[in-house]
Amino acid sequence: MRRDLVLRVVAKLMIPFVLLFALYVQFHGDFGPGGGFQAGVIIAAAVIFYAIVFGLPAARRLMPEWVVESMVSIGVLVYGGVGVAGLLLGGHYLDYFVLAHDPVHGQERGIFWVEVGVAITVSGVMLTIFYMFAARRRDQDEA
Amino acid sequence: MMAALTVAIVVQRNLFAVVVLAGIYSFLMATVLVALDAVDVAMTEASVGAGISTVLLLAALYLTRGDEAKPMHRPMLPLAVAIVVGAALVYGTLGLPAFSDPQAPIHTHVVPRYLGESLKETGVPNVVTSVLASYRGYDTLGETTVVFTAGAGVIALLRRLRRREDARE
Repeated sequence: MRRDLVLRVVAKLMIPFVLLFALYVQFHGDFGPGGGFQAGVIIAAAVIFYAIVFGLPAARRLMPEWVVESMVSIGVLVYGGVGVAGLLLGGHYLDYFVLAHDPVHGQERGIFWVEVGVAITVSGVMLTIFYMFAARRRDQDEA
Repeated sequence: MMAALTVAIVVQRNLFAVVVLAGIYSFLMATVLVALDAVDVAMTEASVGAGISTVLLLAALYLTRGDEAKPMHRPMLPLAVAIVVGAALVYGTLGLPAFSDPQAPIHTHVVPRYLGESLKETGVPNVVTSVLASYRGYDTLGETTVVFTAGAGVIALLRRLRRREDARE
């Protein structure tokens, strides 16, 4: 599909909006439907779309494998880190009330970072699975 | 319509058609969830069930053959087990409270507190988000760990395979 002009142009037009929509879903999840899981999947879908249209090597330049694989663990670490931050500030594990002077503000802050962690892990895992499958295909072609 | 789709998925031997039908099934499921006012779940179903898993299944399909192998024997025992379990589950639903019954235990336990106090306690208008990330924060941490474990498992399985192939060359 790499030489298909229409697809390439449409993909280039659409991918920024897909990413913008993912960010909207992520940060508007407090007010409307959405949140970390959905946003992570949409981000992964945008990169997979890019990989399908422009080829896997281009996608690997955009999101190298080590970045994707560290995203898998960074998300969980962010989530767990929010809990440890609550411990260090004198609360219980995953207790958000102590994260800011105002308890309600602390809750908002905790939920925000937890959702960020979820989004990072989910998009990392989805991309990892896609890369692994796609890489096997290339290995088989070479063999 | 969803029942017809399920039968089509079971009967169909062409796996490409099965993957596409499963994607359609997920989209129908998402519309059902919208009708039930569960917008967050519907969004997840549409993006994960119809989007990503269709792409991943197609990628897996590219690695294998496109047709399901003929079964070695007639799957009578599994069919009987499935029917018995399904009947038991349907029998179990008869004991549940009626749909949208305000006196059902699920509506009287913690839900009134979540719905009434969530905005005051967390400052987040979407109750789904506040329950998911705050009241049930441990559950979501567990879910994230499950996703992490899935990713780590895929890396462990497929990475080793590739290295072994390198060693053989």
